[in-house]
Amino acid sequence: MTRNRPDPSLLFHPRMPGNWWLRKRTYFLFIVREFTSVFIAAYLIVFLVQLYQLGNGPGAYQAFMGQFASPGWIGFHAVALAFAIYHSLTWFYTTSIVIPLRIGAMVAPRYVFTLLNVAVWLAVSAAILAIYLIW
Amino acid sequence: MSERTVSLKVTRYRPGQDSTPTAQSYEVAYPDDWVVLDALNFIKDHVDGTLSFRWSCRMGVCGSCGMMVNGEPRLTCSAFLREFDSQEIRIEPLAHFPVIRDLVIDMSGFLDKLKSVSPWIIRDTEKDPSEGEYLQSPKQLDAYHPFTACINCLLCYSACPIFGLETDFIGPAALALAHRYNEDSRDQGSAARWNAINDHNGAWQCTFVGECSVVCPKSVDPAAAIQRLKVDTAKQWVRSVLLPWGQK
Repeated sequence: MTRNRPDPSLLFHPRMPGNWWLRKRTYFLFIVREFTSVFIAAYLIVFLVQLYQLGNGPGAYQAFMGQFASPGWIGFHAVALAFAIYHSLTWFYTTSIVIPLRIGAMVAPRYVFTLLNVAVWLAVSAAILAIYLIW
Repeated sequence: MSERTVSLKVTRYRPGQDSTPTAQSYEVAYPDDWVVLDALNFIKDHVDGTLSFRWSCRMGVCGSCGMMVNGEPRLTCSAFLREFDSQEIRIEPLAHFPVIRDLVIDMSGFLDKLKSVSPWIIRDTEKDPSEGEYLQSPKQLDAYHPFTACINCLLCYSACPIFGLETDFIGPAALALAHRYNEDSRDQGSAARWNAINDHNGAWQCTFVGECSVVCPKSVDPAAAIQRLKVDTAKQWVRSVLLPWGQK
């Protein structure tokens, strides 16, 4: 069966304006979430360099770590941490959508699964911090 | 019944005459129970018979009357004029779609995408009718039932900036229907849908803005369907790599 299609030359094709992500709060938060990935990737590169310096011996490692006391590096880590937290929270929320939490025949509200994820995250972080402080 | 007046700023596009759409304002006096579609029909019947738009059921079932109302995708049959505080309401065709005339969009691209996901039950072998129905448990029904309510109104496409940027993206409604049939215990056609879903323009094009689910008038939640399709296709891919002999 063939379908009648409009004459393409008579159609008006709208185009997305460059500032589309400023038109709605949810679009803006989406773009921020995507942008946070840049900082997470940058932090991972720094972390890989840190591991590389660890392999070069105590002297090289200490010299590299000494740079982190500068205001620029502290600022970078603060921003990367804030963005990593934001990105993680959006990820936990996404997980609650992908994996509906079933309790018997009922599906739990999404925020329950999100909060469970956050609770596990905080517990693991606290455990790592405790191990670091005790060691 | 008391009447108020509103100015409807309606997008006009006359193919062959206009190079770009323009806006035309109409003053409409309306009673409290009028929706935007009532006002458009009033204009069409009493003010300007050349105004073109789609509508049919007037009860949020057919999905024909979707338009942008003050920049938001809405079914105009369920958008009450009294909802809007402003004296002026902007009525535009659904965003991101080619415009045929005035408020009428070209749906043919969507229909091609819909067809590409084979949104119907596919069976390897059909039972003889004498063997009875394909029975389902309530749990099996629950797995896909939330995704059956789609009315193809395309509001989700207008809310999706990814579709606006990448018009080849199969999009929320078609992918939600693909998921609906994949999850149906009577269906055996997930392999037939695999290419469309796993294609560059399939589920992986979605970066989860989530607005498709917000604007859906039937609470279908296409965003959830797409994220679950991603998990399904990823699992299928891993299985095909690790257990190539175990594929259906």
